[in-house]
Amino acid sequence: MATSNVRHALFCAIVTIVISYPILGLNLEAEGVNIVLTGTDATTIVAIACAALIVFLFQLFRDSVMGKLGAVSDLNPLTGRKPMEQDKRAKLESWVLTGLVVVALFWPFFSSRGAVDLATLVLIYVILALGLNVVVGLAGLLDLGYVAFYAVGAYTFALLSQYYGVSFWMALPLGALLAGLFGLLLGFPVLRLRGDYLAIVTLGFGEIIRILLNNWTNVTGGPNGIGGIPDPTLFGMEFGRRVKGEGNTSFHETFGIAYSGEHKVIFLYLIALVLAIITALIIRRLMKMPVGRAWEALREDEIAARSLGLSRTAVKLSAFTIGAFFAGFAGTIFASKQGFISPESFVFLESAIVLAIVVLGGMGSQIGVILAAIAVTILPELAREFSEYRMLIFGATMVLMMIWRPQGLVPMRRLHITLKTQE
Amino acid sequence: MLILEDIHTHYGKIEALHGVSVEINEGEIVSLIGANGAGKTTLLMTVCGAPQASAGRVVLDGRDITKEPTSQIMRSGIAIVPEGRRIFSGLTVKENLHMGGFFNTKSEIRKSQEHVYELFPRLKERESQRAGTMSGGEQQMLAIGRALMSKPRLIILDEPSLGLAPLIIKQIFEIIGKLRDDGMTVFLVEQNAHQALNLADRGYVLETGRIRLHDTGANLLVNPQVREAYLGG
Repeated sequence: MATSNVRHALFCAIVTIVISYPILGLNLEAEGVNIVLTGTDATTIVAIACAALIVFLFQLFRDSVMGKLGAVSDLNPLTGRKPMEQDKRAKLESWVLTGLVVVALFWPFFSSRGAVDLATLVLIYVILALGLNVVVGLAGLLDLGYVAFYAVGAYTFALLSQYYGVSFWMALPLGALLAGLFGLLLGFPVLRLRGDYLAIVTLGFGEIIRILLNNWTNVTGGPNGIGGIPDPTLFGMEFGRRVKGEGNTSFHETFGIAYSGEHKVIFLYLIALVLAIITALIIRRLMKMPVGRAWEALREDEIAARSLGLSRTAVKLSAFTIGAFFAGFAGTIFASKQGFISPESFVFLESAIVLAIVVLGGMGSQIGVILAAIAVTILPELAREFSEYRMLIFGATMVLMMIWRPQGLVPMRRLHITLKTQE
Repeated sequence: MLILEDIHTHYGKIEALHGVSVEINEGEIVSLIGANGAGKTTLLMTVCGAPQASAGRVVLDGRDITKEPTSQIMRSGIAIVPEGRRIFSGLTVKENLHMGGFFNTKSEIRKSQEHVYELFPRLKERESQRAGTMSGGEQQMLAIGRALMSKPRLIILDEPSLGLAPLIIKQIFEIIGKLRDDGMTVFLVEQNAHQALNLADRGYVLETGRIRLHDTGANLLVNPQVREAYLGG
C-alpha cells in the first residue's frame, strides 16, 4: 500500500507540473513580428515547485489527512446532542423566524445602498429556490431548465410594459401565471420521463426559450435586450426624481422629504421580501396539504402512488406548474430591479446555481434552501478580492459540502417523528 | 364481481397474455398460481389498466373498466398490494396509511386507521417510525394496511409472501383469511402454491400466458399435475 501511495503521489505531482508549468512558467512575448518564448522569473518556478510538493505530500498522506478531516465533524459539539423536543423546537423556530422577518423589515433603513441591492438579489434567489424545491425536492423531478420560467416571467413584464405600458403590479400576477402556463405546457411532454431523461428534456426547454428570446429580434430585441422597464409604484407614487407615468405623483414630494435614490432600492427590497415570505408560506401550506403528500409519494414510489389511485399526470403537472409560477414571480421582480433584461441573464448557469442552492440547502427543506440561497449569493460578493478564484472557491465549497453533508445544510425533517423506547 | 374476459396483453410486440378469462365472485378468495414469467403480475396490472388490455374486457360490477385510466380504476373499490410491498420508505407508518386513504374524508380515514391498527397491532406501535426502517414482515403488514385504508371491496395481493420468514407468512395468510371473514373479496397471486391454495375458495393455474387449470382450491391441492409442477410432487 505504501509503495502504491508513493507512486500515486509522484504521478500527481508530475501532472501538476505538466499542467501548471506551460501555463504559468512560459511567456509568449512579441518582439517585432516574431513571437518569442521566454521563461518567467524564479519566484513563479519556485511557486510551481512548491505546489507540486504540496500535491505530492497531500497524496502521500492522503488517507490519514482525509481521516482527520472526517473526524472534524466529531469535534462539532452539536452532533452528540439530543434532539430538542418537538413542540419546544417548533416554538423556538417560529420565534426565531418572526425575529428574522422583523430584522429583515427594518434592516435596509440602516444599511448601504449596495447591501440592500444585493439583499434584493438574494431574495429573488430565495423565491426561485423555494419554487424549484417543489419540483426537485418534493416531487423529485430533476429540472435543469428552471431558468426558462424565470425568463418567461421577466420577459412578460418587459414586453407588456414596452408594448402596452402595463405596470409592475399588473405584470406580477400575469408574469407568474404565464410562467405557470409554460410549466403546464412543458409538463405534458415530460410526463412519461424520469430521472436523467427528464433532466435532458428540461435542459433543452431552457435553451429553447433562451434561444427564442435571442433570435426573435423584432419582438424581444434579441441580444440587445429590453431596457426602460418601469419601477414599481406605491399606490400611484413613483420613486424617480421626475414623474413619468400620467396621473402618478412622486413619492418624495407626497411625503415632503428630500429625493433620494435609496427609496427605490429599499422599496424594491421590501417588495421582494414580502413576496419571498408569501412564497414560503404558500409552499409551506401546500406541503402540508394532500397535494404536498402526493408529491412526496410520487417521488418515493411512483408505482405505489398510482396503485393508490393518484393520477401521475395531475401530480406531476401540479408540481411543474406551481414551481414555474413562483419562478415567474421572481422573474418579474428581477426585470423591475434591473430595469434592463437580455437573454444573457437566463443562461444555463442560472438554472445550475438555483439547483445547487436546493441541493446544498437540503432537498425539500425550506429553511435549508433559504439559508443556502443567502450563502450562495452573498459568498461570491464577499470574496470579491479573489474575484478570479470565485468559481474555484464556489466549486470547492460544493465538493466539500457533498462530502461532509450530502443531505444538505438543514435536511428536511419529517414532522412528528418520535422515537419510542421499548419498555 | 370482477370478470376478465379473454384478455390479451402486449408489451410492445410481445404478447404476454394469450386470452385469459378469470372470474371473481363477491366474498371469495381466488388464488392465481404460476411459475416465474407465467404472466401473473401482468394479469394484475392489466386489471389496474397499466398496461391496458389489447383485446378482451375487464368488467367490475357490470362496468367495463378496460379502457379507464389507472387512477380512476384504483378509486372504484379496488385496492392492490403491489409486488415487493412498495411502501413509501421515507414517510412514517401513519403517513403511509393516510396516503392509502387519500381520497377519503378525514373521519373515514380515522375509522379505517383504527381498523388497520386492530388487524395489525404492530403497526400501531410503530406509528411514528419511518416505514423504511421496519422489518420485511412489518412492511408487508403496512402495505396491506395501506391498501385497506381506501375501504376497498376487492383487494388484490401480489406475492404477499415474497422474501418473508415462514412464521410471518403464516401470520399474513391468517390475516388474509380474516379479511374474507369480514366480507372482503380477495384476489391472491402467489408462488407459494401450497399456502395460497389451502386458503382459496377457487384457484387458477396460469402457464405462459394461458389458464391451464381452474378448480376449487382443495381440488387443485390434490391435482397430480399441480402437485407435480408446483408443490414438489
